[in-house]
Amino acid sequence: MTRTLTISRLTKRFQSVEALKAVSLTLEAGRRAALLGHNGAGKSTMMKIILGLIPFDGGEVSVCGAAPGSAAARSQLAYLPENVAFHPALTGEEQLRHYLALRGENPRQAMELLARVGLAHAARRRIGTYSKGMRQRVGLAQTLIGRPRLLVLDEPTSGLDPVSRRDFYDLLDGLSAEGTAILLSSHVLTEVEARTDRILILSGGALVAEGTLADLRARAALPIALLVRPAPGRAASLTAAFPEAVAGGDGLLRLSCAQAEKLPLLARIAALGGEVADLDVIPPSLEDIYSHFSRRDGQ
Amino acid sequence: MSRILATAMCEFRIAFRNRWVTIATGMMVLFALVLSAAGSAPTGDVGVDRLSVTVASLTSLAVYLVPLLALLMSFDAVAGEVERGTLPLLLTYPVSRLQILLGKLIAHLAILALAVALGYGAAALVAVWSDPEAINGLGSLWRLVWTSVLLGATFLGAGYALSVLARRPSGAAGLAIALWLVAVVLYDLALLALIVTDGGGAFTTHALPLALLANPADAFRVFNLSAAQAVAAAGGIGGAAGAIPLWQSAASLLVWPLAAIALAVAAFRKVTP
Repeated sequence: MTRTLTISRLTKRFQSVEALKAVSLTLEAGRRAALLGHNGAGKSTMMKIILGLIPFDGGEVSVCGAAPGSAAARSQLAYLPENVAFHPALTGEEQLRHYLALRGENPRQAMELLARVGLAHAARRRIGTYSKGMRQRVGLAQTLIGRPRLLVLDEPTSGLDPVSRRDFYDLLDGLSAEGTAILLSSHVLTEVEARTDRILILSGGALVAEGTLADLRARAALPIALLVRPAPGRAASLTAAFPEAVAGGDGLLRLSCAQAEKLPLLARIAALGGEVADLDVIPPSLEDIYSHFSRRDGQ
Repeated sequence: MSRILATAMCEFRIAFRNRWVTIATGMMVLFALVLSAAGSAPTGDVGVDRLSVTVASLTSLAVYLVPLLALLMSFDAVAGEVERGTLPLLLTYPVSRLQILLGKLIAHLAILALAVALGYGAAALVAVWSDPEAINGLGSLWRLVWTSVLLGATFLGAGYALSVLARRPSGAAGLAIALWLVAVVLYDLALLALIVTDGGGAFTTHALPLALLANPADAFRVFNLSAAQAVAAAGGIGGAAGAIPLWQSAASLLVWPLAAIALAVAAFRKVTP
Protein backbone atom coordinates (compact mmCIF):
# COMPACT_ATOMS: atom_id res chain seq x y z
CA MET A 1 0.00 0.00 0.00
CA THR A 2 1.32 3.46 -0.84
CA ARG A 3 2.23 5.70 2.03
CA THR A 4 0.60 9.09 1.84
CA LEU A 5 2.11 10.46 5.02
CA THR A 6 5.35 9.38 6.67
CA ILE A 7 6.67 10.97 9.85
CA SER A 8 9.77 9.69 11.57
CA ARG A 9 11.24 10.90 14.84
CA LEU A 10 9.65 14.33 14.47
CA THR A 11 10.78 16.81 17.12
CA LYS A 12 9.58 20.36 17.62
CA ARG A 13 10.63 22.83 20.31
CA PHE A 14 9.08 26.16 21.25
CA GLN A 15 11.86 27.89 23.19
CA SER A 16 12.34 25.56 26.18
CA VAL A 17 9.12 23.58 25.72
CA GLU A 18 9.37 20.34 23.77
CA ALA A 19 6.07 20.29 21.88
CA LEU A 20 6.75 17.05 19.98
CA LYS A 21 9.15 14.33 21.13
CA ALA A 22 10.37 11.93 18.42
CA VAL A 23 6.91 11.19 17.02
CA SER A 24 6.76 8.58 14.23
CA LEU A 25 3.74 7.52 12.26
CA THR A 26 2.68 6.48 8.79
CA LEU A 27 -0.65 6.80 7.04
CA GLU A 28 -1.48 4.77 3.96
CA ALA A 29 -3.80 5.77 1.12
CA GLY A 30 -7.45 5.30 2.00
CA ARG A 31 -6.87 4.96 5.74
CA ARG A 32 -8.50 7.10 8.39
CA ALA A 33 -6.59 7.91 11.57
CA ALA A 34 -7.87 9.81 14.58
CA LEU A 35 -5.49 11.92 16.62
CA LEU A 36 -6.52 12.22 20.26
CA GLY A 37 -4.94 14.19 23.06
CA HIS A 38 -5.46 16.85 25.70
CA ASN A 39 -5.33 20.50 24.81
CA GLY A 40 -1.64 21.24 24.42
CA ALA A 41 -0.71 17.61 23.73
CA GLY A 42 0.78 18.61 20.37
CA LYS A 43 -2.06 17.76 17.97
CA SER A 44 -2.30 21.17 16.33
CA THR A 45 1.48 21.57 16.24
CA MET A 46 1.80 18.25 14.42
CA MET A 47 -0.92 19.21 11.94
CA LYS A 48 0.71 22.57 11.24
CA ILE A 49 4.03 20.84 10.56
CA ILE A 50 2.39 18.40 8.15
CA LEU A 51 0.73 21.35 6.40
CA GLY A 52 4.08 23.16 6.15
CA LEU A 53 2.84 26.14 8.14
CA ILE A 54 5.58 25.93 10.77
CA PRO A 55 9.13 24.54 10.60
CA PHE A 56 10.31 21.61 12.74
CA ASP A 57 13.56 20.95 14.58
CA GLY A 58 14.35 17.29 13.97
CA GLY A 59 13.20 14.15 12.18
CA GLU A 60 11.68 13.66 8.76
CA VAL A 61 8.25 14.38 7.30
CA SER A 62 7.09 13.34 3.85
CA VAL A 63 3.69 14.34 2.47
CA CYS A 64 2.75 12.46 -0.71
CA GLY A 65 6.48 11.99 -1.34
CA ALA A 66 7.28 15.70 -1.04
CA ALA A 67 8.52 18.02 1.68
CA PRO A 68 5.73 19.59 3.78
CA GLY A 69 4.86 23.07 2.54
CA SER A 70 6.32 22.48 -0.94
CA ALA A 71 4.11 23.25 -3.91
CA ALA A 72 3.81 19.53 -4.71
CA ALA A 73 2.67 18.70 -1.17
CA ARG A 74 0.24 21.60 -0.96
CA SER A 75 -1.43 20.72 -4.23
CA GLN A 76 -2.26 17.25 -2.87
CA LEU A 77 -3.53 18.01 0.61
CA ALA A 78 -6.57 19.75 1.97
CA TYR A 79 -6.99 21.25 5.43
CA LEU A 80 -9.88 22.16 7.65
CA PRO A 81 -8.74 24.36 10.55
CA GLU A 82 -10.38 24.36 13.94
CA ASN A 83 -12.83 27.30 14.00
CA VAL A 84 -12.55 27.84 10.26
CA ALA A 85 -13.05 31.48 9.20
CA PHE A 86 -13.77 33.27 5.94
CA HIS A 87 -14.14 36.86 4.84
CA PRO A 88 -17.62 37.91 6.02
CA ALA A 89 -18.26 40.11 2.98
CA LEU A 90 -18.13 37.21 0.50
CA THR A 91 -20.97 34.79 -0.21
CA GLY A 92 -20.42 31.06 0.24
CA GLU A 93 -20.41 30.60 -3.51
CA GLU A 94 -17.88 33.39 -4.13
CA GLN A 95 -15.58 32.04 -1.44
CA LEU A 96 -15.63 28.55 -2.94
CA ARG A 97 -15.14 29.88 -6.47
CA HIS A 98 -12.02 31.61 -5.19
CA TYR A 99 -10.69 28.44 -3.56
CA LEU A 100 -11.43 26.43 -6.71
CA ALA A 101 -9.51 28.96 -8.79
CA LEU A 102 -6.54 28.79 -6.39
CA ARG A 103 -6.43 25.01 -6.88
CA GLY A 104 -6.64 25.41 -10.65
CA GLU A 105 -10.11 23.85 -10.81
CA ASN A 106 -13.18 25.11 -12.63
CA PRO A 107 -15.00 27.66 -10.41
CA ARG A 108 -18.33 26.39 -11.74
CA GLN A 109 -18.11 23.43 -9.37
CA ALA A 110 -18.82 25.75 -6.43
CA MET A 111 -22.59 25.16 -6.34
CA GLU A 112 -22.19 21.41 -6.67
CA LEU A 113 -19.73 21.33 -3.75
CA LEU A 114 -22.03 23.45 -1.60
CA ALA A 115 -24.91 21.12 -2.43
CA ARG A 116 -22.82 18.16 -1.28
CA VAL A 117 -22.51 19.69 2.20
CA GLY A 118 -26.15 20.80 2.24
CA LEU A 119 -25.57 24.52 1.79
CA ALA A 120 -27.06 25.12 -1.66
CA HIS A 121 -29.89 27.19 -0.20
CA ALA A 122 -27.49 29.68 1.43
CA ALA A 123 -24.90 29.84 -1.36
CA ARG A 124 -25.77 33.42 -2.34
CA ARG A 125 -25.83 34.81 1.18
CA ARG A 126 -22.83 36.48 2.77
CA ILE A 127 -20.75 34.28 5.05
CA GLY A 128 -21.08 37.01 7.71
CA THR A 129 -24.71 35.90 8.14
CA TYR A 130 -23.86 32.18 8.51
CA SER A 131 -24.04 30.21 11.74
CA LYS A 132 -20.96 28.39 13.05
CA GLY A 133 -22.25 25.08 11.67
CA MET A 134 -22.75 26.63 8.24
CA ARG A 135 -19.23 28.08 8.21
CA GLN A 136 -17.94 24.65 9.19
CA ARG A 137 -19.72 23.21 6.14
CA VAL A 138 -18.14 25.79 3.84
CA GLY A 139 -14.86 24.61 5.37
CA LEU A 140 -15.75 21.01 4.60
CA ALA A 141 -16.76 21.90 1.05
CA GLN A 142 -13.36 23.47 0.36
CA THR A 143 -11.59 20.28 1.49
CA LEU A 144 -13.46 18.33 -1.21
CA ILE A 145 -11.93 20.38 -4.04
CA GLY A 146 -9.94 18.39 -6.56
CA ARG A 147 -9.59 14.92 -4.95
CA PRO A 148 -6.91 15.58 -2.33
CA ARG A 149 -4.68 12.62 -1.42
CA LEU A 150 -4.38 13.70 2.20
CA LEU A 151 -7.03 15.39 4.32
CA VAL A 152 -6.00 17.07 7.58
CA LEU A 153 -9.03 17.91 9.70
CA ASP A 154 -8.71 19.74 13.03
CA GLU A 155 -11.84 19.12 15.13
CA PRO A 156 -13.96 18.80 11.98
CA THR A 157 -17.32 18.10 13.59
CA SER A 158 -17.33 20.84 16.23
CA GLY A 159 -20.42 22.96 15.72
CA LEU A 160 -22.25 20.35 13.67
CA ASP A 161 -25.52 18.78 14.81
CA PRO A 162 -25.74 14.95 15.06
CA VAL A 163 -27.37 14.52 11.64
CA SER A 164 -24.74 16.70 9.96
CA ARG A 165 -22.03 14.72 11.73
CA ARG A 166 -23.31 11.51 10.27
CA ASP A 167 -23.47 13.09 6.80
CA PHE A 168 -19.94 14.35 7.29
CA TYR A 169 -18.58 10.91 8.17
CA ASP A 170 -20.44 9.48 5.17
CA LEU A 171 -18.55 11.98 3.00
CA LEU A 172 -15.28 10.86 4.58
CA ASP A 173 -16.13 7.21 3.93
CA GLY A 174 -16.61 8.06 0.25
CA LEU A 175 -13.30 9.90 0.09
CA SER A 176 -11.31 7.17 1.81
CA ALA A 177 -12.86 4.57 -0.50
CA GLU A 178 -11.39 6.62 -3.37
CA GLY A 179 -7.94 6.46 -1.75
CA THR A 180 -7.73 9.66 0.28
CA ALA A 181 -5.83 9.31 3.54
CA ILE A 182 -7.47 11.15 6.41
CA LEU A 183 -5.93 12.46 9.62
CA LEU A 184 -8.44 14.01 11.98
CA SER A 185 -8.48 15.19 15.54
CA SER A 186 -11.62 15.08 17.61
CA HIS A 187 -12.91 15.33 21.12
CA VAL A 188 -16.04 13.35 20.36
CA LEU A 189 -14.61 9.93 21.06
CA THR A 190 -17.72 7.89 20.29
CA GLU A 191 -17.82 8.98 16.65
CA VAL A 192 -14.07 8.46 16.25
CA GLU A 193 -14.57 4.93 17.59
CA ALA A 194 -17.04 4.04 14.88
CA ARG A 195 -15.61 5.87 11.92
CA THR A 196 -11.82 5.56 11.89
CA ASP A 197 -9.40 2.72 11.22
CA ARG A 198 -6.72 3.73 13.65
CA ILE A 199 -6.36 5.75 16.81
CA LEU A 200 -3.26 7.73 17.79
CA ILE A 201 -3.02 9.13 21.30
CA LEU A 202 -0.64 12.04 21.90
CA SER A 203 0.26 13.03 25.42
CA GLY A 204 2.80 15.66 26.39
CA GLY A 205 4.20 15.70 22.85
CA ALA A 206 4.81 11.95 22.66
CA LEU A 207 2.81 9.29 20.86
CA VAL A 208 1.77 7.09 23.80
CA ALA A 209 -0.51 4.67 21.97
CA GLU A 210 -1.30 3.69 18.41
CA GLY A 211 -3.49 1.02 16.89
CA THR A 212 -7.03 -0.07 16.20
CA LEU A 213 -9.54 0.25 18.97
CA ALA A 214 -9.35 -3.52 19.61
CA ASP A 215 -5.53 -3.30 19.92
CA LEU A 216 -5.74 -0.48 22.39
CA ARG A 217 -8.47 -2.21 24.36
CA ALA A 218 -6.36 -5.37 24.68
CA ARG A 219 -3.25 -3.40 25.60
CA ALA A 220 -4.95 -1.28 28.22
CA ALA A 221 -6.48 -4.43 29.80
CA LEU A 222 -9.05 -2.39 31.62
CA PRO A 223 -11.63 -4.26 33.74
CA ILE A 224 -15.02 -5.08 32.32
CA ALA A 225 -18.05 -4.01 34.36
CA LEU A 226 -21.08 -6.27 34.89
CA LEU A 227 -24.34 -4.94 36.25
CA VAL A 228 -26.61 -7.53 37.82
CA ARG A 229 -30.24 -6.84 38.70
CA PRO A 230 -31.48 -9.31 41.33
CA ALA A 231 -34.91 -10.90 40.97
CA PRO A 232 -37.48 -9.44 43.44
CA GLY A 233 -36.58 -10.38 47.06
CA ARG A 234 -33.30 -12.07 46.10
CA ALA A 235 -30.91 -9.16 46.63
CA ALA A 236 -29.61 -10.51 49.94
CA SER A 237 -28.80 -13.99 48.64
CA LEU A 238 -27.10 -12.54 45.55
CA THR A 239 -24.96 -10.25 47.66
CA ALA A 240 -23.94 -13.30 49.66
CA ALA A 241 -23.03 -15.19 46.48
CA PHE A 242 -20.86 -12.31 45.24
CA PRO A 243 -19.09 -10.80 48.24
CA GLU A 244 -16.82 -8.77 45.91
CA ALA A 245 -19.78 -6.95 44.33
CA VAL A 246 -20.61 -3.36 45.16
CA ALA A 247 -24.30 -2.63 45.73
CA GLY A 248 -25.50 0.55 44.06
CA GLY A 249 -28.28 2.71 45.43
CA ASP A 250 -30.42 1.71 42.45
CA GLY A 251 -30.60 -1.93 43.59
CA LEU A 252 -28.00 -3.07 41.01
CA LEU A 253 -24.94 -5.11 41.92
CA ARG A 254 -21.76 -3.92 40.22
CA LEU A 255 -19.01 -6.45 39.47
CA SER A 256 -15.78 -5.90 37.61
CA CYS A 257 -13.30 -8.37 36.21
CA ALA A 258 -10.38 -8.67 33.81
CA GLN A 259 -11.02 -9.70 30.21
CA ALA A 260 -9.87 -13.30 30.83
CA GLU A 261 -12.22 -13.77 33.79
CA LYS A 262 -15.28 -12.57 31.96
CA LEU A 263 -16.67 -15.94 30.80
CA PRO A 264 -16.14 -17.81 34.12
CA LEU A 265 -17.89 -14.95 35.91
CA LEU A 266 -20.77 -15.02 33.44
CA ALA A 267 -21.06 -18.78 34.02
CA ARG A 268 -21.28 -18.20 37.78
CA ILE A 269 -24.04 -15.63 37.31
CA ALA A 270 -25.93 -17.84 34.86
CA ALA A 271 -25.72 -20.75 37.33
CA LEU A 272 -27.85 -18.76 39.76
CA GLY A 273 -30.80 -19.06 37.37
CA GLY A 274 -33.97 -17.42 38.71
CA GLU A 275 -32.15 -15.28 41.27
CA VAL A 276 -31.02 -12.90 38.49
CA ALA A 277 -33.57 -10.67 36.73
CA ASP A 278 -31.22 -8.96 34.28
CA LEU A 279 -27.55 -8.61 33.36
CA ASP A 280 -25.55 -5.95 31.47
CA VAL A 281 -21.95 -6.36 30.33
CA ILE A 282 -20.20 -3.04 29.85
CA PRO A 283 -16.81 -3.11 28.08
CA PRO A 284 -14.41 -0.24 28.81
CA SER A 285 -15.41 2.79 26.71
CA LEU A 286 -13.05 4.69 24.46
CA GLU A 287 -13.08 7.44 27.10
CA ASP A 288 -11.73 4.94 29.66
CA ILE A 289 -9.04 3.68 27.29
CA TYR A 290 -8.10 7.23 26.30
CA SER A 291 -7.78 8.31 29.93
CA HIS A 292 -5.73 5.21 30.69
CA PHE A 293 -3.13 5.99 28.02
CA SER A 294 -2.98 9.73 28.36
CA ARG A 295 -2.61 9.51 32.15
CA ARG A 296 0.32 7.14 32.02
CA ASP A 297 2.76 10.03 31.92
CA GLY A 298 1.53 11.19 35.28
CA GLN A 299 -0.82 13.78 33.79
CA MET B 1 -0.98 33.99 -13.30
CA SER B 2 -4.54 32.69 -12.99
CA ARG B 3 -4.03 32.44 -9.22
CA ILE B 4 -2.95 36.08 -9.07
CA LEU B 5 -5.99 37.13 -11.09
CA ALA B 6 -8.33 35.02 -8.95
CA THR B 7 -6.93 36.68 -5.82
CA ALA B 8 -7.28 40.10 -7.45
CA MET B 9 -10.93 39.44 -8.42
CA CYS B 10 -11.72 38.29 -4.90
CA GLU B 11 -10.01 41.30 -3.30
CA PHE B 12 -11.73 43.70 -5.67
CA ARG B 13 -15.09 42.21 -4.75
CA ILE B 14 -14.34 42.56 -1.05
CA ALA B 15 -13.20 46.19 -1.52
CA PHE B 16 -16.36 46.90 -3.49
CA ARG B 17 -18.58 45.39 -0.76
CA ASN B 18 -16.70 47.34 1.91
CA ARG B 19 -17.46 50.55 -0.04
CA TRP B 20 -13.75 51.19 -0.59
CA VAL B 21 -14.27 51.77 -4.30
CA THR B 22 -16.99 54.31 -3.58
CA ILE B 23 -15.03 56.06 -0.84
CA ALA B 24 -11.81 56.33 -2.87
CA THR B 25 -13.54 57.52 -6.02
CA GLY B 26 -15.81 59.93 -4.14
CA MET B 27 -12.89 61.50 -2.30
CA MET B 28 -10.80 61.99 -5.43
CA VAL B 29 -13.67 63.47 -7.46
CA LEU B 30 -14.74 65.78 -4.64
CA PHE B 31 -11.27 67.15 -3.96
CA ALA B 32 -10.45 67.52 -7.66
CA LEU B 33 -13.64 69.49 -8.29
CA VAL B 34 -13.06 71.72 -5.28
CA LEU B 35 -9.52 72.42 -6.51
CA SER B 36 -10.53 73.21 -10.06
CA ALA B 37 -13.27 75.55 -8.77
CA ALA B 38 -10.84 77.29 -6.43
CA GLY B 39 -8.14 77.47 -9.09
CA SER B 40 -10.39 79.06 -11.73
CA ALA B 41 -9.68 82.65 -10.69
CA PRO B 42 -6.00 83.28 -11.53
CA THR B 43 -5.66 82.52 -15.24
CA GLY B 44 -4.78 84.41 -18.39
CA ASP B 45 -1.63 86.15 -17.24
CA VAL B 46 0.19 82.93 -16.33
CA GLY B 47 0.65 82.20 -20.01
CA VAL B 48 -0.25 78.51 -19.88
CA ASP B 49 -3.50 76.78 -20.65
CA ARG B 50 -6.12 76.25 -18.02
CA LEU B 51 -5.65 72.48 -17.71
CA SER B 52 -1.91 72.78 -17.01
CA VAL B 53 -2.72 75.04 -14.09
CA THR B 54 -5.27 72.53 -12.86
CA VAL B 55 -2.69 69.74 -13.16
CA ALA B 56 -0.26 71.75 -11.02
CA SER B 57 -2.92 72.06 -8.29
CA LEU B 58 -3.91 68.40 -8.68
CA THR B 59 -0.27 67.40 -8.20
CA SER B 60 -0.23 69.06 -4.79
CA LEU B 61 -3.50 67.32 -3.96
CA ALA B 62 -2.31 63.90 -5.13
CA VAL B 63 0.87 64.07 -3.06
CA TYR B 64 -1.30 63.95 0.07
CA LEU B 65 -4.36 62.03 -1.05
CA VAL B 66 -2.92 59.16 -3.12
CA PRO B 67 -0.54 57.88 -0.38
CA LEU B 68 -3.34 58.23 2.17
CA LEU B 69 -5.79 56.20 0.08
CA ALA B 70 -3.13 53.58 -0.67
CA LEU B 71 -2.23 53.15 3.00
CA LEU B 72 -5.89 52.99 4.05
CA MET B 73 -6.54 50.19 1.57
CA SER B 74 -3.40 48.20 2.33
CA PHE B 75 -2.91 48.27 6.10
CA ASP B 76 -5.52 45.51 6.61
CA ALA B 77 -4.20 43.25 3.82
CA VAL B 78 -2.25 40.76 5.94
CA ALA B 79 -3.11 41.86 9.51
CA GLY B 80 -6.81 41.49 8.71
CA GLU B 81 -6.30 37.92 7.46
CA VAL B 82 -4.34 37.12 10.61
CA GLU B 83 -7.04 38.55 12.87
CA ARG B 84 -9.93 36.86 11.05
CA GLY B 85 -8.01 33.58 11.12
CA THR B 86 -8.18 33.12 7.35
CA LEU B 87 -4.41 33.14 6.79
CA PRO B 88 -3.45 29.57 7.86
CA LEU B 89 -5.99 27.98 5.51
CA LEU B 90 -4.97 30.26 2.64
CA LEU B 91 -1.29 29.37 3.11
CA THR B 92 -2.04 25.63 2.77
CA TYR B 93 -3.33 26.28 -0.75
CA PRO B 94 -0.96 25.83 -3.69
CA VAL B 95 -0.46 29.57 -4.07
CA SER B 96 2.78 31.38 -3.23
CA ARG B 97 2.96 34.37 -0.90
CA LEU B 98 4.24 36.48 -3.80
CA GLN B 99 1.12 35.55 -5.77
CA ILE B 100 -1.15 36.46 -2.85
CA LEU B 101 0.43 39.90 -2.45
CA LEU B 102 0.49 40.56 -6.19
CA GLY B 103 -3.21 39.68 -6.41
CA LYS B 104 -4.04 42.12 -3.64
CA LEU B 105 -1.81 44.75 -5.28
CA ILE B 106 -3.54 44.45 -8.65
CA ALA B 107 -6.98 44.84 -7.07
CA HIS B 108 -5.99 47.82 -4.93
CA LEU B 109 -4.09 49.43 -7.78
CA ALA B 110 -7.12 49.06 -10.06
CA ILE B 111 -9.31 50.81 -7.48
CA LEU B 112 -6.75 53.58 -7.09
CA ALA B 113 -6.42 54.00 -10.87
CA LEU B 114 -10.18 54.20 -11.18
CA ALA B 115 -10.45 56.82 -8.43
CA VAL B 116 -7.58 58.87 -9.84
CA ALA B 117 -8.86 58.70 -13.43
CA LEU B 118 -12.38 59.75 -12.44
CA GLY B 119 -11.16 62.50 -10.10
CA TYR B 120 -8.69 64.03 -12.53
CA GLY B 121 -11.12 63.45 -15.38
CA ALA B 122 -13.76 65.51 -13.60
CA ALA B 123 -11.28 68.34 -13.04
CA ALA B 124 -10.19 68.17 -16.68
CA LEU B 125 -13.81 68.36 -17.88
CA VAL B 126 -14.35 71.51 -15.85
CA ALA B 127 -11.17 73.04 -17.26
CA VAL B 128 -11.94 72.21 -20.89
CA TRP B 129 -15.56 73.31 -20.53
CA SER B 130 -14.54 76.82 -19.43
CA ASP B 131 -11.51 77.10 -21.73
CA PRO B 132 -11.31 75.08 -25.00
CA GLU B 133 -7.57 75.86 -25.18
CA ALA B 134 -7.13 73.63 -22.16
CA ILE B 135 -7.19 70.57 -24.41
CA ASN B 136 -3.44 71.23 -24.93
CA GLY B 137 -2.82 70.22 -21.34
CA LEU B 138 -4.08 66.64 -21.77
CA GLY B 139 -0.49 65.37 -21.98
CA SER B 140 0.34 66.61 -18.52
CA LEU B 141 -2.95 65.19 -17.19
CA TRP B 142 -2.06 61.74 -18.55
CA ARG B 143 1.39 62.03 -16.97
CA LEU B 144 -0.27 62.84 -13.66
CA VAL B 145 -2.49 59.76 -13.91
CA TRP B 146 0.24 57.19 -14.42
CA THR B 147 2.62 58.75 -11.95
CA SER B 148 -0.19 58.78 -9.38
CA VAL B 149 -0.64 55.04 -9.95
CA LEU B 150 3.11 54.48 -9.41
CA LEU B 151 3.03 56.61 -6.26
CA GLY B 152 0.04 54.61 -5.07
CA ALA B 153 1.87 51.32 -5.75
CA THR B 154 4.76 52.49 -3.57
CA PHE B 155 2.51 53.21 -0.63
CA LEU B 156 0.45 50.07 -1.19
CA GLY B 157 3.66 48.05 -0.93
CA ALA B 158 4.71 49.97 2.16
CA GLY B 159 1.24 49.41 3.64
CA TYR B 160 1.50 45.62 3.06
CA ALA B 161 4.91 45.58 4.73
CA LEU B 162 3.51 47.44 7.76
CA SER B 163 0.51 45.09 7.78
CA VAL B 164 2.85 42.08 7.95
CA LEU B 165 5.05 43.60 10.65
CA ALA B 166 2.19 44.79 12.88
CA ARG B 167 0.21 41.50 12.74
CA ARG B 168 -2.86 43.30 14.15
CA PRO B 169 -5.05 45.71 12.15
CA SER B 170 -5.06 48.36 14.89
CA GLY B 171 -1.27 48.37 15.07
CA ALA B 172 -1.00 48.39 11.29
CA ALA B 173 -3.37 51.37 11.05
CA GLY B 174 -1.26 53.31 13.53
CA LEU B 175 1.93 52.55 11.65
CA ALA B 176 0.30 53.51 8.35
CA ILE B 177 -0.78 56.91 9.66
CA ALA B 178 2.71 57.44 11.11
CA LEU B 179 4.32 56.60 7.77
CA TRP B 180 1.99 58.98 5.97
CA LEU B 181 2.77 61.82 8.37
CA VAL B 182 6.53 61.29 8.15
CA ALA B 183 6.84 60.65 4.42
CA VAL B 184 4.34 63.19 3.15
CA VAL B 185 4.14 65.97 5.73
CA LEU B 186 7.09 66.05 8.16
CA TYR B 187 9.74 65.23 5.53
CA ASP B 188 8.88 68.33 3.52
CA LEU B 189 8.66 70.50 6.62
CA ALA B 190 12.12 69.34 7.69
CA LEU B 191 13.52 70.08 4.22
CA LEU B 192 11.97 73.54 4.25
CA ALA B 193 13.47 74.26 7.68
CA LEU B 194 16.90 73.13 6.45
CA ILE B 195 16.65 75.31 3.33
CA VAL B 196 15.77 78.33 5.44
CA THR B 197 18.66 77.85 7.88
CA ASP B 198 21.08 76.97 5.07
CA GLY B 199 20.33 80.16 3.12
CA GLY B 200 21.29 78.86 -0.35
CA GLY B 201 24.46 77.11 0.78
CA ALA B 202 25.84 73.63 0.15
CA PHE B 203 22.77 71.85 1.42
CA THR B 204 20.39 73.56 -0.99
CA THR B 205 22.58 72.95 -4.02
CA HIS B 206 23.88 69.42 -3.31
CA ALA B 207 21.91 67.54 -0.69
CA LEU B 208 18.41 68.86 -1.45
CA PRO B 209 18.04 67.26 -4.90
CA LEU B 210 19.07 63.90 -3.44
CA ALA B 211 16.71 64.34 -0.52
CA LEU B 212 13.84 65.05 -2.91
CA LEU B 213 14.62 61.97 -5.01
CA ALA B 214 14.86 59.78 -1.92
CA ASN B 215 11.21 60.42 -1.05
CA PRO B 216 8.67 58.96 -3.52
CA ALA B 217 6.14 61.71 -2.79
CA ASP B 218 8.68 64.45 -3.54
CA ALA B 219 9.93 62.64 -6.63
CA PHE B 220 6.32 62.52 -7.82
CA ARG B 221 5.87 66.25 -7.26
CA VAL B 222 9.21 67.18 -8.82
CA PHE B 223 8.60 65.00 -11.88
CA ASN B 224 5.14 66.35 -12.62
CA LEU B 225 5.99 69.97 -12.02
CA SER B 226 9.21 70.01 -14.03
CA ALA B 227 7.71 67.95 -16.85
CA ALA B 228 4.86 70.44 -17.14
CA GLN B 229 7.23 73.38 -16.75
CA ALA B 230 4.76 74.62 -14.17
CA VAL B 231 7.40 75.15 -11.53
CA ALA B 232 6.55 78.82 -11.25
CA ALA B 233 2.89 78.02 -10.64
CA ALA B 234 3.72 75.75 -7.71
CA GLY B 235 6.54 77.41 -5.82
CA GLY B 236 7.76 76.20 -2.42
CA ILE B 237 9.63 72.91 -2.39
CA GLY B 238 8.63 72.55 -6.02
CA GLY B 239 10.94 75.48 -6.74
CA ALA B 240 13.89 73.12 -6.46
CA ALA B 241 12.39 70.90 -9.12
CA GLY B 242 14.19 72.71 -11.92
CA ALA B 243 17.56 71.53 -10.61
CA ILE B 244 16.74 67.83 -11.01
CA PRO B 245 16.88 66.15 -14.44
CA LEU B 246 13.59 64.58 -15.49
CA TRP B 247 15.05 61.08 -15.87
CA GLN B 248 16.17 61.05 -12.26
CA SER B 249 12.76 61.79 -10.80
CA ALA B 250 11.21 59.31 -13.24
CA ALA B 251 13.69 56.65 -12.12
CA SER B 252 12.84 57.32 -8.48
CA LEU B 253 9.13 56.95 -9.30
CA LEU B 254 9.77 53.59 -11.00
CA VAL B 255 12.20 52.12 -8.46
CA TRP B 256 10.21 52.94 -5.32
CA PRO B 257 7.18 50.71 -6.06
CA LEU B 258 9.50 47.75 -6.81
CA ALA B 259 11.46 48.31 -3.61
CA ALA B 260 8.33 48.66 -1.47
CA ILE B 261 6.72 45.51 -2.88
CA ALA B 262 9.95 43.54 -2.56
CA LEU B 263 10.12 44.60 1.09
CA ALA B 264 6.51 43.53 1.65
CA VAL B 265 7.06 40.12 0.06
CA ALA B 266 10.27 39.55 2.03
CA ALA B 267 8.45 40.38 5.27
CA PHE B 268 5.44 38.21 4.34
CA ARG B 269 7.70 35.21 3.62
CA LYS B 270 8.91 35.30 7.23
CA VAL B 271 5.40 35.01 8.69
CA THR B 272 4.60 31.71 10.41
CA PRO B 273 0.86 31.55 11.10
